[in-house]
Amino acid sequence: MGFMPLIWLRVAVVCYGVGLLYSLLLLSKKGNMLAKVVEPAVGLGLIFHFVSLVESTVLIGHISLASIHYSESLLAFLAMVVFFVFFIRYRTTTLGIVIFPIVFVLTFFSAIGQNPVIITSPVLRTRWIFVHIVLIFTGYAGLFLSFGASLLYLVQERALKSKRPTPLLTWLPPLQTIDDICYNALLFGFPFMTFGIVTGSVLLVEKYGPMFFVDPKIVLSLLMWAVYLLLLYTRWSSGWRGRRAAFLATFAFVIAICAWIANNFSRVHRFIPS
Amino acid sequence: MNYVLIGVNHRTAPVEVREQFAIPEARLPEAVKALTSCAGVEEGMIVSTCNRVEILARTSDNGTCLDDFFHQFYGIDPDRYRAHLYEHRDRDAVRHVFRVASSLDSMIVGEPQILGQVKEAYATARALGAINSHLDALLTRAFAVAKRVRNETAVATSAVSVASVAVDLAKKIFGNLQGKSIYLVGAGKMSELAARHLLAHGAEKIFVSNRTYDRAVTLARKFNGEAIPFDQLYETVSQADIVISSTGAPHAIFRKEHGERFLSRRRNRPMFFIDIAVPRDVDPEMNKVDGIFVYDIDDLQQVVTSHVADRRVEADHAEAIVQLEVDKFQARLLTLDVVPTIVSLQEHLETVRQAEIDRVRGRLGALTPEQELAVETLTRGIVNKIMHTPITTLKSAARESSEATTVIDLVRKLFGLREVKTAVKEDEAAVGGGKTRSRS
Repeated sequence: MGFMPLIWLRVAVVCYGVGLLYSLLLLSKKGNMLAKVVEPAVGLGLIFHFVSLVESTVLIGHISLASIHYSESLLAFLAMVVFFVFFIRYRTTTLGIVIFPIVFVLTFFSAIGQNPVIITSPVLRTRWIFVHIVLIFTGYAGLFLSFGASLLYLVQERALKSKRPTPLLTWLPPLQTIDDICYNALLFGFPFMTFGIVTGSVLLVEKYGPMFFVDPKIVLSLLMWAVYLLLLYTRWSSGWRGRRAAFLATFAFVIAICAWIANNFSRVHRFIPS
Repeated sequence: MNYVLIGVNHRTAPVEVREQFAIPEARLPEAVKALTSCAGVEEGMIVSTCNRVEILARTSDNGTCLDDFFHQFYGIDPDRYRAHLYEHRDRDAVRHVFRVASSLDSMIVGEPQILGQVKEAYATARALGAINSHLDALLTRAFAVAKRVRNETAVATSAVSVASVAVDLAKKIFGNLQGKSIYLVGAGKMSELAARHLLAHGAEKIFVSNRTYDRAVTLARKFNGEAIPFDQLYETVSQADIVISSTGAPHAIFRKEHGERFLSRRRNRPMFFIDIAVPRDVDPEMNKVDGIFVYDIDDLQQVVTSHVADRRVEADHAEAIVQLEVDKFQARLLTLDVVPTIVSLQEHLETVRQAEIDRVRGRLGALTPEQELAVETLTRGIVNKIMHTPITTLKSAARESSEATTVIDLVRKLFGLREVKTAVKEDEAAVGGGKTRSRS
């Protein structure tokens, strides 16, 4: 990564830091202190982040997705974009309580990272791999958001059932809104995830042949997709929400993380030529 | 300051007395004109609502002229109502205006209407030219204080009646109530009230079921809803998002297994049961079903109680803010009072200095530029030394509210300073167009 993109990224990290602080303050009583600045701050962060991504792509001349830091940065960026899509629709920043810390951590680590080794595998030079990754990451972002919303749903449900007015939770949006976000984030992410996996599979078969479907990364990704589908199906068919939906969403989320970690064990994803 | 405020409110006077003083909106301009036409009233405005009438003025005679207004406008001798009328001056008047605007003096603390009413009264008086700099400063500040109280305390955020708590909870569950339906099981004042509140907040459809079908029909007609025979209750109730139950049944009519059935029929869309009946109509076990929220009358009452307590705590915060703002406002006004005195003191001494130099110039004869400068420096130095203590005293007095006026009067008396405006004019005349006014 060049010098300027890193500077922009660090500026973005500072902006996201405001978001992080905001979500921490939400948990304490004085949650409103940053409420007015958090939207512009993370919005600005998003712009700097975008500049950083574009510049680093231009500088390197091709997409340096293989560098782990770039991909973290891209994932955080797409999560933020999806967050803003839902923010514009539902006008609530409370989902940030889940998204901001994740985004902050991802960008933070990619911003403090040293110039990583750039894997110059010819595979990475195809445009399709870029499409694959953006699709998959957007799908991830939708899943993140839905997972976060399902946790908030549980909190709000518990607060309403306990019948004791909890001043700490007054910032939570209505149950129905949280539920809508939960479902719509799933609906939003699913096509991306599906097409991401389809493009990935096509690329895979083209380069390596079908036997690599036993690769841990691929297996976990397909499992995650299946749980994702199950989540959507139970919601669509019998309106599962609340505890059961949150359980499934957590499951999908855990598999997603495993699939992410599986990069380290996957031959396919380290682009080792066979 | 010279602010005077006379008023009656819901605490000091029963409605029979308040209505004697209430001024209908249409007559308000006339009343304000009558107020400002009284001798001694420099600025004035009147706030009249169903809970209070406040007459606020800045007077030159400490407020006795307001009695004339009572005689002239109401044709009432204010002495007859002294027990009900409160009267605040200066600092207390400022505090009272701040509290009223911030809704701390309201019957229901934090209710939002009063600020709008004060703003209207201010606009009316302003349009009539009854408000000048001092009242303008006071009211502008009062609006800012009200905003601050609203933003920094939760004095006005919580619902404090059972019906409004029910609406709040429904909103916490369903968000927007648009398109939501209500099911009234049994009839009663409280459930009717809750239904009315929910409808006012956007709920659209209403079903009514009662053991006596005729009553259900009457009630349904009242709300433009649909009456349903009681034996169809269990089949139909799952159509509604919010169920308000208040039958006289001795046992619970909705049990956990009913709830589970309703929910699967609704494909798990949440339901909100408001149980106003005693003994309860809804088995508390039902609250354990995912997606069903049951609040009985005690639960609602408990929320109300805790909100009332919250408001009381918040009101204390608000009072502290008001106190702080009163101090700030007073300090600002006093500085405004002190500044003209300082200016006229400086001008006065400068005049004296110039006059003395002019007087001895003839005797000194022609001076070299160096000598000219030395005389200038010497005289200026003396004047500045003399002025130093009075000015610092005035400035520090501005901070100590109780002393300010005495110190101002004293300085004026000691140095023979006249009223600000006239003094400036005469000085200018004396020194020829004010060219040589002090530059310090």
